[in-house]
Amino acid sequence: MTIKVYIPRDSASISLGADKVARTIAVEAARRGATIELVRNGSRGMFWLEPMIEVSTPEGRVAYGPVFPGDVSDLFEADFLYGGQHHLRLGLTEDIPYFAKQKRLTFARVGITDPVSIDDYLAHDGYRGLTNALKMTPADIVEEVTTSGLRGRGGAAFPTGIKWRTVLGAQADQKYIVCNADEGDSGTFSDRMIMEGDPLVLIEGMTIAGLAVGATMGYIYLRSEYPYAEVALNEAIAAANARGYLGDDILGSGKTFHLEVRRGAGAYVCGEETSLLESLEGKRGMVRFKPPLPALEGLFGKPTVVNNVISLASVPIILDQGGANYQEYGVGRSRGTLPFQLAGNIKYGGLVEAAFGLTIRELLYDFGGGSRTGRPIRAVQIGGPLGAYVPESQFDLPLDYEELGKNDAMLGHGGLVVFDDTVDMAQMARFGMEFCAIESCGKCTPCRIGSTRGVEVIDRMVEGKDRPKQVILLRELCDTMLSGSLCALGGMAPFPVLSALNHFPEDFGLAEPADKAA
Amino acid sequence: MTTSTTPWDRDKVLGIIDALKHKPGALMPILHGIQDNIGYVPDDAVPLMAEALNLSRAEVHGTITFYHHFRTTPPGRHKLEICRAEACQAMGANRLVAHAKKTLGVDFHETTADGAISLEAVYCLGNCACSPAVMVDGELLGSVSQESFDELVGNLRSQP
Repeated sequence: MTIKVYIPRDSASISLGADKVARTIAVEAARRGATIELVRNGSRGMFWLEPMIEVSTPEGRVAYGPVFPGDVSDLFEADFLYGGQHHLRLGLTEDIPYFAKQKRLTFARVGITDPVSIDDYLAHDGYRGLTNALKMTPADIVEEVTTSGLRGRGGAAFPTGIKWRTVLGAQADQKYIVCNADEGDSGTFSDRMIMEGDPLVLIEGMTIAGLAVGATMGYIYLRSEYPYAEVALNEAIAAANARGYLGDDILGSGKTFHLEVRRGAGAYVCGEETSLLESLEGKRGMVRFKPPLPALEGLFGKPTVVNNVISLASVPIILDQGGANYQEYGVGRSRGTLPFQLAGNIKYGGLVEAAFGLTIRELLYDFGGGSRTGRPIRAVQIGGPLGAYVPESQFDLPLDYEELGKNDAMLGHGGLVVFDDTVDMAQMARFGMEFCAIESCGKCTPCRIGSTRGVEVIDRMVEGKDRPKQVILLRELCDTMLSGSLCALGGMAPFPVLSALNHFPEDFGLAEPADKAA
Repeated sequence: MTTSTTPWDRDKVLGIIDALKHKPGALMPILHGIQDNIGYVPDDAVPLMAEALNLSRAEVHGTITFYHHFRTTPPGRHKLEICRAEACQAMGANRLVAHAKKTLGVDFHETTADGAISLEAVYCLGNCACSPAVMVDGELLGSVSQESFDELVGNLRSQP
């Protein structure tokens, strides 16, 4: 009997040795005459257990991890192919509490299927959303997405249905679907995990988007730092084309949708949608003025849907199970689930898909288990390099767009970067400005010049030169950047800086809270 | 335009340009195609692209210099990128960067004297639960310590 052994092809798993483990298992199985089928699945997202391997047993999939090449022979001795006892045995994967406590909608298949197998995808409810969409009018598809309450998962949280409606209503000879896969925020990797672990769900989501707005061409703008995702996407696109799920006549419907991956080139600002469009057109990634909105004049001047990977990958389940079902999850105006990402100095780092509304503390301690170094957690940066640093006193805030916004923080793309008490928050603030200076496209002055001046002001503050005056200067500079920048890069770079200053003034050499000292 | 002193395969570059120039927004795919094949984008390939795409040389040059990924000089035998972003900083990336610069004797964007390693900074490799992260010739590594870094460098130096 052939036994299925699952070893992730997720790049984080590979970064810890998954490829070597896969080779060792293949060799050892051959040596022992065991017949196995190696499946390179996505990761379940529990990275402290990677490389985590699984075997199919009559009771379900049994996990072992972290497995290194030196453990393999021992695992065979322990009969791991039949779920045998071993000190690395983790039990049934689905029963591991970290996993069992999640609500996986967008990530329903990640870690379970062979990412590029259409048959595996179909066997796990894949392409049911598209099948439904093919029977619906474009307006009805848009309505279903609107009903779901889905908002842009890239960070801006704009209602996806509204954006689609605008593009649907625009008259043009050509429209485009553009997937923003320029996941540049530190502490985020959910886009990468979907693209490596279930690329077909993104392809299906984009195809549905094309049907909804009348677009026949789609581009995935993928950052150059994600070579493994590029391979997986291209394999999946080829498989979808070969089976008629993409192309000139999708499943015999007469509808057309083509898809192509385009690679970015290491520019953070190209995650901003207009800069991304410039880059797709083969130019410098300079931010455009808005209006016109990309929904009306986007790629090559044509009406364009620009959506994040997770937004588009959430569409198939909405069209499968209905928008009303999706919006049952969540709180307030934040409906559905979000794949949160626990990163940095965290004991149990990984991906946690859950309904909006769980608190920062629950995520950090119930899931994350505290810091990896074992020291107290002092600050968490939420939402990438433009997100605020949140102190311990705010850890009971619920993770939803509005609640964090009210507290001068933001959820962004759902990444949480954890720092212990050895962090120097003045240096983190300085890095916030430095990063903005490195990545600024240069079009607007507050961002281009302001970020460099910001580094200088913080340096003077740390050196102790006229500290009270520097505080006033830094706050005025941040105000100028907030109000005067063309896009979110310059417009939000002040968030990490001001939050560090407000919550951790002692790191800047200020005895009192910064607002009083100023 | 001055003539480059570094030899590169003109026919190969022309072949790449010719194969991709009909794509919408062809410049980025062409730049990637050239760098993937010969390791960098030579200055004197700029006029070839400009002519093929009906762009000015300034437009092509401006695009190349906008993006951190493209380089206009030949790289070392191996490209070593260290993540400098916040999640990796939370796990000691700054110490790893200092260690790397000291042991390799180079700063970012420089190549070691023996031509073995080009050191680059990168801002997030999406491996933020396994920090600090490093990428070597497109291969991702996680939870990199100074010891594993030294071992890696030793291996790279002994490879062609």
